[in-house]
This record gives sequence, C-alpha cells and structure tokens, in this order.
Amino acid sequence: MAAPLLEARAIRKSFAGVRALQGVDFDLRSGEVHALVGENGAGKSTLIKIITGAVAADSGTLTIAGQEVARNHPALARSLGIAAIYQQPSLFPHLSVVENIALALEGGGAWRRVDWNARQQQASDLIRRAGASIDPDRSAGTLSMPDQQIVEIAKAIGAGARILIMDEPTASLTDREVESLFQVIASLRAQGSGIIYISHRLNEIFSIADRITVLRDGETVGTRGAKDIDPAGLIEMMVGRPVAPVFPKREVPLGEVALELRHVSCRAAGVRDISFSVRRGEILGIAGLVGSGRTELAETIFGLRAADSGEIVVQGRPARIAEPADAIETGIGYVPEDRRRHGVVLDLPIAANTSLASLHVISRRGWIDRLRERALAERYVTQLQIKAPSVYAECGSLSGGNQQKVALSRWLAIAPKILILDEPTQGVDVGSKSEIHRLMFDLAERGLALVMISSELPEVLGMSDRIAVMHNGIIGGILSRAEATQQRILSLALGHNPAGLMAGIQE
Amino acid sequence: MTGAHTRELSVAGAIAALFLVLVILTPGYFSRENLTDMFQANVPVLIIAIGMTLVILTGQIDISVGSMFAVCGVAAGVFAKMGLPVPVAGAAACIAGAILGALNGGLAACLRIPSIVVTLAAMVALRDALRWATQGAWIEDLPPGFQWLGFSQSSYPAVMLFIAGVLTLATAWGLRNLAAGRAVYATGSNAEAARLAGLNPRRYIFSVFTITGALTGLAALLNSVRFNQIPSNAGLGFEMKVIAAVVVGGAAITGGAGSIWGTVLGVILLGAIGPALTFLGINAYWEKAIQGAIILAAIAADAARIRITLRGLRKHASSPAPTRA
Repeated sequence: MAAPLLEARAIRKSFAGVRALQGVDFDLRSGEVHALVGENGAGKSTLIKIITGAVAADSGTLTIAGQEVARNHPALARSLGIAAIYQQPSLFPHLSVVENIALALEGGGAWRRVDWNARQQQASDLIRRAGASIDPDRSAGTLSMPDQQIVEIAKAIGAGARILIMDEPTASLTDREVESLFQVIASLRAQGSGIIYISHRLNEIFSIADRITVLRDGETVGTRGAKDIDPAGLIEMMVGRPVAPVFPKREVPLGEVALELRHVSCRAAGVRDISFSVRRGEILGIAGLVGSGRTELAETIFGLRAADSGEIVVQGRPARIAEPADAIETGIGYVPEDRRRHGVVLDLPIAANTSLASLHVISRRGWIDRLRERALAERYVTQLQIKAPSVYAECGSLSGGNQQKVALSRWLAIAPKILILDEPTQGVDVGSKSEIHRLMFDLAERGLALVMISSELPEVLGMSDRIAVMHNGIIGGILSRAEATQQRILSLALGHNPAGLMAGIQE
Repeated sequence: MTGAHTRELSVAGAIAALFLVLVILTPGYFSRENLTDMFQANVPVLIIAIGMTLVILTGQIDISVGSMFAVCGVAAGVFAKMGLPVPVAGAAACIAGAILGALNGGLAACLRIPSIVVTLAAMVALRDALRWATQGAWIEDLPPGFQWLGFSQSSYPAVMLFIAGVLTLATAWGLRNLAAGRAVYATGSNAEAARLAGLNPRRYIFSVFTITGALTGLAALLNSVRFNQIPSNAGLGFEMKVIAAVVVGGAAITGGAGSIWGTVLGVILLGAIGPALTFLGINAYWEKAIQGAIILAAIAADAARIRITLRGLRKHASSPAPTRA
C-alpha cells in the first residue's frame, strides 16, 4: 500500500488546561474516504484544526504527503494540498461565482490586470470537474446551499487539494443533494484524493466511507473498515455503551384532532392546497427534499407568512393566524430549523430565552415577575436536563444540543397544544439526539400533537405515526407507519405518486 | 444584559481617576458654579442619550437628534410667544419631537429603510427646513414665565436633576423589569428570533424612535429656558455627542447589549473632560482629540468583546463544549 497522504501520530492538545486531544492517531490514504466520528466534544474539530494549521498541536507528529510538518500553519497546510469544506459555506455572497473562485486561487499584487475570460473559463472548468452546472456569473448569495458547497469544492479542486476535509457537509442537504455530493466525492476519490468526512449521520458514513475512525474524549477509540462494523457497533464505540440508533417508538393512544389544515395555500411561501390533520398524542412526520416547502408550510401554520386561502382549524375552531403572536395565542409552538439564527437569542440568558414567548404569562401589567421567571426556567432546565451553570448563563455559551433544549423550553413554557419541530436534531450529537426523541414521546404522551419536519429518513420513520411527504409545495402523499418505507417516501418526495397513497390525506 | 458590568466599572474608574487628578491639581473645578454649569449643559445630553440607548439597544441609530433638538427648541419658543401657557408650550415641544421621532420610526420599522439613512435624511431636512422657516433668525422676546420654566434660576438645577433622575430610574427599571424592556433587548439581539417568539420587533423599533423624539423635545425645552434667546442653529453635532456617550457607556452599536447606567457614566465622562482641560490649562483644541481617543478605546473594547463572542460561536458551531451533553 502506498504511503499515506496524511499521518497524525500521538497528537495532544490542551486548551487552557483542558485536554482536548490526548493521543490521537489518524491516517488518510490516497483514494479513500475516511470518516471521523464521535460525539460533540470528542475532539474532531480540534483534530481538523491541527491538520489545517488553525491551531498548533502540543505534541505528536504530523506527516503530510510524506513530509513531516514541524510547525503547521494555514498557508503551509494549503500549499501541501489540504482544503476544508465546512457545514456553512464561506463564500462572499455579493460576489459572483467566478470572483469567489478567483479570489481563492489567484495571487499577485493589487495592480495586476484581471483576465476575465481566463477567470470565466477556469470557473466553468472547475465547476464541471466538481460534477455540477452552475452559472458562474450568478452571485454566490443567490445559490442554494448545495450549490454553494459545489463552489467550495471547485475552489478546493482548483487549489490542487489532495486532502479534502468535509465537516458535516450534508447537514443542510436533502437526500437527493447528498446523493449528488456523494457522486462528486466518489469522483474525487477515483482521482486519488483522500477525503476526511465528518458527519453525525451514520447511514451516510456507511454508504460513503471506506474506513471509519472513532474519537471519544480526545482519544482514538479505533479505526475500522466500513465493511467490518455495523451501525450499532459504531455507536457503541462512540459512546462507550450500547445505545439504540433511533429511540424505540412509544405507542401513544390518539386523542381528538388538534390541528387540521383544509386546502391551505400561501402563494408567497410557495405552498399549495395543503390538507392534513394531527391528533393529540400523534407525531406527524413531514418529509421531503429541501425546497419542497416543508419549512414554508410550518411558517404558514405559525403565521410567519400568513396563508392566503384555506382554513386552519385548531381544536375544532377555525383560527385566524396572521402573526406568530396569533399562533402562540391559539396554542401552537414552533421550534425553528436554524436555532442559532431563529431559535434562541444568544446574548440573552437561558431564563430570558425560556420566557420570551410567555412574557405575558409571567408578567402582570407588563411587569415581569422575576421569581416566576426563574422558577419557570429552572423547571425546564431540570426537566430537559439542560447542562448549564445557572439559568442566568448566556445561551451563546451552551453547546448545540443544550441550545436546542432551551429553544424547546421556550415553547413548552407556553403550554402548547400543538408543537411544530423543524429539524429538531440537526447538528446535535447522538446522546442529545436520543434525549430529544425521548422528550418528544413524553410530550406526545401528555397529549400534545407534534408535527416534525426532518430530512433524516430513519428519524422520520422511527418517530412518526404518519408521514406526510411534500414535493414542490404540495403534499404528495401521507403514509401510515405501516406502509412507510424509505423507498416509498423517496418516490413521493421525488414526485411519483403510486396509486392508493392519496387515500390517507383526508384522514 | 448580563455579565459583570465590566464596562460600567471601567468608565466609573476613568471618571474617578479624572476627578482625583482634578482634586489635586485644580480644586476650583469642583466649585459650585462650575459643577452647576457642567450639570446644566449635560442634562439635555443625558436625556437624549437615554432615548438613544433604547434606539441602539434595538440595533438602530438616530443621527437626527441634533436637528430635532433645534426644531423643538424653536417650536417651544414659538408656542410660548403665541401666548400658550408655558406647560402647554413645553408639552407641545415634546409632542413635536415625538411626531418627528415617530416619522423616523415609521420609516425605519415599517418600510424597513436602514435607520441611518432615514435619520440622515431627517437630520438634513429638518436642519434646512428650520433655516428656511426662521431665515436664520433667533427667537427673542420670550414671555417672562418662559425662562427657567417659571422657577428661580437657583432652583432650576434641582428641577433638571429631578426630571433627569426620574427618567433615568424609570428607564433603567423598565428595561430590567418590563416585558417591553426584555423585548427591546431581544429585538436588538436577534429580531427574527424575537418575531418567532410572538413579539413584534417593528412595534418596538417604532416606539423607541418616538420616545427618543419626545425626549429630544424635552431636552430642547429644558435647555432653551436657560437663555433669553433660542438659537435656530442649536444642537449642531449633538447627535455625535449623544451617540459617543452611549457607546462609551458600553452599549453595543449592533444592538442587544448595554445599560442605562453605562450611558449615564458615558455622559459624565465625556461631559467632564472639556471643562477639565480648561481648568488644567490645556488648550481646548485637545478636547475633541481626547474624546475621540476615549470613543476609540470603547470601540476597541467592543471589537475585542465581539471577537471573543465570535470565537465562542465558531467553537460551538463546529463542536466541542465545556458542558457535554
């Protein structure tokens, strides 16, 4: 076997006395996808930062392309062929694709003349090599998330990168987009590049990775061939204890209809003629590709974009929802997808975040009762097991899973009848994920009607009583738990509608 | 909103150090006359700065306060000369300010025009409209009851202290204890999240501009009764003075963080420096340079704070956290 592209031996790193890495071994061969997995805080990001030169290791050796690197720094790492692609593409939104690529690749002084034709040519070439077709003159900000990632990959190919690091590249992609990303990865692999692939999604790891290295608490637990281990075994390696991959479904007796949509449309949001109902105690999964209108549907129900026709019926009574405040009034809560942007206010303490949607409950004539606020926040910190020094800790200082729980606590605080969760476990680690799943079942048992939007099919299949599949702004079909399979959901999401599935819609 | 009040403490420390130097070198600085003078000159700044703190907390800015100040001062005088009783004329000046503020707020909140553009336009338009309306003339021959609002010259500072004190306490209390205060912080910190939580950020943005306008009217009134003429070009550069005090007091120019007490300290520090230079025999030209240096120091401290926050965000965005789930 050829010499590895990259070899890290016994890497150690401490931050302010906290040991982030304590002896990590990792190597990457030419022409392989090597997945790096571990719970949040296991040390994946620190290892990546050491490889890209963003931080320096305390001890250990790093060999890149056969060359031992004593003092790594970003420019050196780049010149040795390392490129990293993160979950959030870092393009200049107001510049065109051509300019974004040129900025990353061209050197030279401030006074050199720009050869626009050559730039254009290079950009088109690189995008083609990345396996996509994007108009290179579009400004990057107008591109979809996957297209932005393609541009990042094109930049990396253009820079001659042989070691590609992908950190949660699929977090905001749908299955089809993941598929095309995987094709790109496969072609890069065929060209002899090595790819370090970080993801929380195990099925992706098993479908793309050749080898898998598990980190736990800053140590390498082990490296396995992807064919030599199964998901359960991998999770066991990650957490050090056996955990069910998806929390086992709890059967909850269903109550009366809590939320019903009758031919709801919102032209501005691009959702059309949506009809479904959710009963108390039920979890309705909403599947579909990104861009199929799932989030837009949630926003319509919640009044962020008011419906322009149809009827939303809450507990048998037609509701007029023009503003989020109206939705909250009728007992609808909405845990949005992007918790950092929409879910929590990072500058505010946990207590203020928890009470933000129920300020009128804990205040009298506009005057906040701080004792009640504190009690409220403490109740949810305990109930949801939020790990925080105090309820007055700023939300920005918490980990992703804990922020998500704070976002959830805000909506539990309004004592909702209906809770809409948009990608509730995106980007949270395995442990927090199953806790959030358990909480959802608890809520269903308490008689809440839950609507869960998720891009992760195993989650949708494992959690939902019924699954509504959206395609292009409409509901393509509603599947019962018994009839739902990955293939059926996918075919509906792609716009095929095998006969007999429409029956469930008016249920 | 939380934290160890580091900014407030460091500004208070700077004030204490300044006063210590002055006590040793020129005790005359602390004479009754000088303190009264400085106090009367800075109460209008403080009153507008209270409004400006609210505006900045919501992530907006109002650079038209200087022009509004001139308009409201002239309006107060004109109303008084029309024969309106002084309290009514005063109230009318505040209402005029509130209306101008509401225009700013309406344009910024409902049409979503960036507030710096809206208030820049207001700043220029009001200034020129006033110049046109008054032809540059000052308002003179004010009715007798107008000066000192009918109080005696010696008791007037107490009136100012009472008004400024009540406003400061009420705003500080409200920001902390009222749901509306919480909404102001949430709006400035993350307007989209605030909207999702059922709050109405536009309403709060509109309100803080209106309040700032009304407070500017009040400040103009309290200032204009100190003299027997009202200049039609008052308040030039006032907006910068006010914004500087708020920023030095620790309010984040991006919104969501800051406090009224910080603003009070910022007004004191910046207001105390000019006269101090005169007393120390330093050329008054240095005043602006030193104020500039203080503002720069405050902004540099902000930049450091933002960098630390961003580092925290990046750290959490990618993965590890001290508290493991």
